[in-house]
Amino acid sequence: MEIPYTISTRPDTGLWNAKVGIWLFLASEVMLFGGLFSAYIFLRLDAPPGMWPHGLLNVPVGTMNTAILILSSVTVVLAWAELKMRRYRRYWWYMLATILCGVIFLTVKLVYEWPQKFEHFGAYIKPQALEKYEQYLGNKHAAEKGLPPRLEITGHLHNREALTNPNIKEYEVALDPVNADPTNPAMDRPHFLYVPPTDKIGKIDKEDVERATMFLPTHSAYFASYFTITGLHGLHVLGGVLVFIYMWLPVSKKVYQRNPEHLANRVEVCGLFWHFVDLIWIFVFPLFYLL
Amino acid sequence: MSLKAFHIVFIIFSTLLALGVGGWCVWVDLVEGAPVYLAGAIASFASAIALVIYGVWFYRKMKRLRIIT
Repeated sequence: MEIPYTISTRPDTGLWNAKVGIWLFLASEVMLFGGLFSAYIFLRLDAPPGMWPHGLLNVPVGTMNTAILILSSVTVVLAWAELKMRRYRRYWWYMLATILCGVIFLTVKLVYEWPQKFEHFGAYIKPQALEKYEQYLGNKHAAEKGLPPRLEITGHLHNREALTNPNIKEYEVALDPVNADPTNPAMDRPHFLYVPPTDKIGKIDKEDVERATMFLPTHSAYFASYFTITGLHGLHVLGGVLVFIYMWLPVSKKVYQRNPEHLANRVEVCGLFWHFVDLIWIFVFPLFYLL
Repeated sequence: MSLKAFHIVFIIFSTLLALGVGGWCVWVDLVEGAPVYLAGAIASFASAIALVIYGVWFYRKMKRLRIIT
């Protein structure tokens, strides 16, 4: 039995069925991401001073990924336009470009951005022990400048086994510049470019630590929202790329030969999904990377 | 909404983002005085102009091909 209204429009809706379906799906996606964005905004507004990290993400890398996603939206719409003009070969190339953009985006996320976070360590110091670590925190300097207090010491953890071994009594951390030289005026503002940890080793007694983790979702509400939203977005990108690969494989040629408009409609529906995913990133990028 | 219309909406949002990033770079440059942000601002504003040019080109192309009616 043939599926009705895959090419022609349905009289009562004025649309072919897949288009109604994708917009209903996108409406549910708006609610999903809308809820997550709302949660992020309220968590951030409610965060006590010094408890919301800022400037930890690499802005140039995020900007490059944003440009790649915008480019992929251009290539997918051009792929669809080429199909409408019955130029399959050009469609094939534009679709390949779209797939490559999606793969590059995911590779940057999974090979560079996320692992860099997983390798980073942070220890929130107990309020009563803050004075003891003044040399790393520089809170007197921060108070003089009217800046929020620094409650966390971050860097590269040398003795990673300290996280799990209760017999190890202290963390040895190659300090981030902000903790290695906290009174340097250059450290008064967040860094939006990647700054590697210094060679200066800081020793933190475990008993002075309120909580200590790598930069994982368990680290803070900030990283929990960051990994949830970018992870969910990444899954959408992965889903889109897989569907595009299917549309790019020889099987699509058979659909094209049978009825080119059918393939064009499929690509349009997938293109709508892809545009939505890219639009989500347009909001994710400034929210997490810049503001 | 069709893909072409959604694409135009997307390009508008992308242009606004590029302008926003440009403004953000100018702000950080004013605060920090780091020339790298000024370069970022110039690149962002140039991207915004390029996106507007592309958007107009896309709209005209679709209209010419009668894909936009």
